[in-house]
Amino acid sequence: MLDASEGYTTADGRKIGGVVMEMKNITLRFGGVVAIKDISFDIREGEIRAIIGPNGAGKSSMLNVISGFYVPQEGEVWFHGSRRPAMRPYEVARQGIARTFQNIALFEGMSVLDNVMTGRLNYMKAGLLSQALWRGKAEREETENREAVEKIIDFLEIQHIRKTPVARLPYGLKKRVELARALAAEPKLLLLDEPMAGMNVEEKEDMSRFILDVNDEFGTTIALIEHDMGVVMDLSDRVVVMDYGKKIGDGTPDEVRNNQEVIDAYLGVAHD
Amino acid sequence: MAQTQSGAEGLQSLPALLHRNATQYGDQPAYREKEFGIWQCWTWAETAAEIRALALGFLELGVAKGDHVAVIGRNRPAHYWSMVAAQMVGAVPVPLYQDAVAEEMAYVMEHCGAKFVVCGDQEQVDKVIEIQETVHQVQHILYTDKRGMRKYDHSQMNALEDLMAEGRAGHYRFDAELDRRIAEITYDDTCVMLYTSGTTGKPKGVVLSNRNVIESAKNSAKFDNLTKDENILSYLPMAWVGDFIFSIGQAYWCGFCVNCPESADTMMTDLREIGPTYFFAPPRVFETQLTNVMIRMEDASPLKRNMFHRYMAHAKKVGGKILDGEPVSAGDRLKYAIGNALVYGPLKDTLGFGNVRVGYTAGEAIGPEIFDFYRSLGINLKQLYGQTEATVFITVQPDGQVRADTVGVPAPDVEIKIAENGEIFYRSPGTFVEYYKNPESTASTKDAEGWVATGDAGFFEEGSGHLRIIDRAKDVGKMADGSMFAPKYVENKLKFYPDILEAVLFGNGKDRCVAFINIDLTAVGNWAERNNIAYASYQELAGHPKVLETIRSHVETVNASVAEDPMLSGCQVHRFVVLHKELDADDGEMTRTRKVRRRIVEEKFADIIAALYDGSEKVSTVTEVTYEDGRKGAIKATLTVCDAKVVATTAQQVAAE
Repeated sequence: MLDASEGYTTADGRKIGGVVMEMKNITLRFGGVVAIKDISFDIREGEIRAIIGPNGAGKSSMLNVISGFYVPQEGEVWFHGSRRPAMRPYEVARQGIARTFQNIALFEGMSVLDNVMTGRLNYMKAGLLSQALWRGKAEREETENREAVEKIIDFLEIQHIRKTPVARLPYGLKKRVELARALAAEPKLLLLDEPMAGMNVEEKEDMSRFILDVNDEFGTTIALIEHDMGVVMDLSDRVVVMDYGKKIGDGTPDEVRNNQEVIDAYLGVAHD
Repeated sequence: MAQTQSGAEGLQSLPALLHRNATQYGDQPAYREKEFGIWQCWTWAETAAEIRALALGFLELGVAKGDHVAVIGRNRPAHYWSMVAAQMVGAVPVPLYQDAVAEEMAYVMEHCGAKFVVCGDQEQVDKVIEIQETVHQVQHILYTDKRGMRKYDHSQMNALEDLMAEGRAGHYRFDAELDRRIAEITYDDTCVMLYTSGTTGKPKGVVLSNRNVIESAKNSAKFDNLTKDENILSYLPMAWVGDFIFSIGQAYWCGFCVNCPESADTMMTDLREIGPTYFFAPPRVFETQLTNVMIRMEDASPLKRNMFHRYMAHAKKVGGKILDGEPVSAGDRLKYAIGNALVYGPLKDTLGFGNVRVGYTAGEAIGPEIFDFYRSLGINLKQLYGQTEATVFITVQPDGQVRADTVGVPAPDVEIKIAENGEIFYRSPGTFVEYYKNPESTASTKDAEGWVATGDAGFFEEGSGHLRIIDRAKDVGKMADGSMFAPKYVENKLKFYPDILEAVLFGNGKDRCVAFINIDLTAVGNWAERNNIAYASYQELAGHPKVLETIRSHVETVNASVAEDPMLSGCQVHRFVVLHKELDADDGEMTRTRKVRRRIVEEKFADIIAALYDGSEKVSTVTEVTYEDGRKGAIKATLTVCDAKVVATTAQQVAAE
């Protein structure tokens, strides 16, 4: 295992930094069901880290542990060198973690612009009165945040739907808007829950490009869950493989691909 | 505005015009571009400074006199500036079509030998790098959009912005050299090189001199009284001569403002926000807008719908006449004024045509209904006829003499003659210098006296003196019985139906005509939705029996109308198929300006044409398609061949007697 302080260099020459988040012996139970069983892994600064596994492997639960939504019964979550206590979701957001959801969770009746603006809530500090009167600080803040949002709209190429209500958009674009909202929070760690589920080949290619660009341009650390193996292998620097709540593999895409346990899990070898 | 100065008085190049604009109208807007949701603006003085910085940067890169600088990207101020900056240092700008695939672009790049390339974004840079593997001539790539470019090897690459900064920083070193180069530019130096899309064969590089561009801009601006206060929206491909003349030639001559949309997808919104006073669009844009209006009116409340139809009927009756200044009764005028307040005004505003003073359409024939619709709203939409080799203008329609079926009278300073075979020849100050590195083609197109063959067949209408175009001269053929075959004439009639996007007629040398039809997915799709017809794909919708029935009725109506013209009555469509895919430029079936390449379509779909002639009712076929990224695939389909009723023609009756 790599030392926490030093990073590594990827095949395409990107420098990956030290450990940002570390999961230590996480176990998560729902009553009698063990969703995650004693899993440890780390996420390093600037890398694209994938969590894969067959249906019911516990991937989404894992992501929810990372995002602080679930609190594991056993184990520790370390973030930026300190142990993270149980937190409310908004506290997690303030720490610089943003996410997208497997089934899109946007405000359907609001425009794309307004949806993305909600991602900036943490940066708006003006009081209720000031916001209601639309004077001074509130106005200034809105302008600044709108500017940040417009850069993201430009980056994700959704200018043409800026004013369109989200409910009217096709699925692929909604996914992109969700990514935009997550990016608007300027996260240090971005969690993507199946960003490509239900997309056609072209939409997947677009989304892959955006994910790579986000990582490249903003240096955002990304942890993602994905089913499409081709996409995972192309995108990610390191992959954690889960099956029945256990970690069965961890390493570069090539290492994982040649791991017998992983092959068995995917080809469906009988479990005892 | 004082425009007594001419080329002879010092304004012999675009840099010279730029200097005049920066001194005379320094604080007037020259360029606007919507970025980050806001219209960013540059005045003429700021523009001149930006272009100068870029030109200094070019000098630092070592751009020599006569070098070619390719520009590949969407309409952005930086790309227009690159072209003028290239001219400043004595280089020749070559704008290329940004949607061309690498393979297509490679030919043009190799032909012009461009050593420097300005790319819009990473996508274009990737193409140039791919081309470079075989061409090995590009010394430096510049790019406008920095996104995704960080990882590239920058030893022969730089961001345009950074080059400008370097230019500014190094201006003491290069100021004198730049001023010397600007002073050296003559009226007959090359201004720009534009590649024709080429419906046949390889693209040809049309060399246009400063004289061509400036004289054409001057004449046409005077013709339509264009002033420095115009606003235009630049959204048509930069590689197309029209865009060069409107967004650079006329803009620099008059000193008006060029507005660049945020992206191709936002063009309609941007059009509305800008409200151009001078607008240019191919018929397709007007057709799409009209189709959208009609679709939306279908979905509107009954009150609005009735009001729309009632007042549009009135506009149809008198709108055109009012626009042409013909006498109209006071009552009708009053009713039109009310309609203007209630319907026409808001509609024009929605379309973005609220301020249009002069609008042009060209490139293809426009449907009379579409043309009349816009004119009846009070939009001064006119037609012109031109080509790259003429620096656009051959004929134009003067105000008050506008009709859907002609292309107008010769443009100022243009002479026209019609050859025996009907082909149109012209001679004008805009006549191109030559085809680059292609003396044979130059000689066969332009004769010693400067007459240029257009390749189009047409005639001057008796009485009005307006030119009417029949078809491409080489496409006009003869049927087996000797009667005239003019495919475009019939195709245009078919294309005027909103359901039909494209039509291709065959029958040269045969005893009867057959046709391919492409449905318009927007119009037919909406129709299907309203009639509860489910479909999963373009292919399925195109093959739906009800769609075929509708198309058949259109074909039969067209047949009846074709039969009325004794000269062309042989061109009625006997049988047709609705194609399973849209004809597409990526598959080589159309040019980048969306003109059908007949020969290629004929070869590619030979099996379907055979089926059209041998009487079979179905035909199975496999068609190769190219995706946007250049990969290839195939689609299989079984098409139904439809018969259409034809009208017995007078010509045949005469022959039979």
